[in-house]
Amino acid sequence: MVMTPTTEEVWAWLGEVPDPEIPVISLTDLGIIRAVAWEGDTLAVTVTPTYSGCPATSLINFEIERALRAHGVEKIALKRQISPPWTTDWLTEEGRAKLEAYGIAPPQPAGGPDKCPHCGSTELERISQFGSTPCKAQWRCKDCLEPFDYFKCI
Amino acid sequence: MDEALFEFCLRMGDNTLVLGHRVSEWCGHAPVLEEDIALANTALDLIGQTQFWLGLAGEVEGKGRDADALAFRRDAWDFRSVLLVEQPNGDFGQTIMRQFLFDAWQSIILDRLKGSSDDRVKAIAEKASKEVAYHFERSRDTVVGLGDGTAESHARMQAALDKLYPYVGELFGADATDREIAERGIAPLPADLREAYDALIAEAMVEATLTLPDSRWTHTGGRDGSRHSEHLGHLLTEMQWLQRAYPDARW
Repeated sequence: MVMTPTTEEVWAWLGEVPDPEIPVISLTDLGIIRAVAWEGDTLAVTVTPTYSGCPATSLINFEIERALRAHGVEKIALKRQISPPWTTDWLTEEGRAKLEAYGIAPPQPAGGPDKCPHCGSTELERISQFGSTPCKAQWRCKDCLEPFDYFKCI
Repeated sequence: MDEALFEFCLRMGDNTLVLGHRVSEWCGHAPVLEEDIALANTALDLIGQTQFWLGLAGEVEGKGRDADALAFRRDAWDFRSVLLVEQPNGDFGQTIMRQFLFDAWQSIILDRLKGSSDDRVKAIAEKASKEVAYHFERSRDTVVGLGDGTAESHARMQAALDKLYPYVGELFGADATDREIAERGIAPLPADLREAYDALIAEAMVEATLTLPDSRWTHTGGRDGSRHSEHLGHLLTEMQWLQRAYPDARW
């Protein structure tokens, strides 16, 4: 007889699923998993998209399903929830630290990075409001001259 | 079926779909890499918003059509997008001016839709308005930069404004659908947004050193589907080609 995993266990498993576009952080670090609940013998996972058109959305759902199946969960219901809309306030502290260590400046309420993720300088300039994924913009450090990604604050 | 709500969702979703496709035509062709990326990201947001609006339209219609079916299997006369968004890209300045004129309107209406009596409309507006605020900031900055730029960029931006402004008025039209939707508290009456829009545009034009045309005369026929411009059919031919050639194709 297989024990039904608790929702805490499920959260921990989801915490090991990397974001497909920024694999250094997990789906729970990103704050897009909004709820995990058992509905009878079905595990319901509620996911919110970061950006409306984020192409990683379907891959994320696939990765969630794959991870849960690997842990023996058979009946899975993935729910999409768009309200309240995702905000970078939902990034975990751990997620922010991992982004910075990876070279992506974490979001700041001021609307731009507070320091260069490579050398720590505060002499920065914006190159473009957009970047390689919908959630990032391009900035450059005027001291070490390295360009870097900034995780947009929304 | 709730005809008025269906129509309203098509008007919102077809605008973002057609403009999203137009903007995506720049992919790989923009003047600099950063702009290429910015345009592609904007198009992506718009197409994402389309999935919400047309998804809701299909749900309201209740005939089993999803967002893809509505996007790829309707012909020009069933589209409810305004004429502004189907206008060709022209040069980069014209593309950015069209984006600015649309972003300004979208930022205002989405903000108002956050108070919609329909929870589904409200949820889409809450999500999309964050993205649109970002689009507007960029298109406004770029219009100001190019308008108040070199003699060449100024002339091109003024020409773009003169060309596109006669399409702006259609965004504020009012027909039986608009009145019903407004009475039910789903969305504001489009005409009621004009004052806020004019103020937003006027302020940016001063900074951009551009002159708004005097006349408010406007082309119409897109948002009620009565007379689209010739451009929409060509756009759909390209956008819908795969689903027309290979119906139900999946990969």
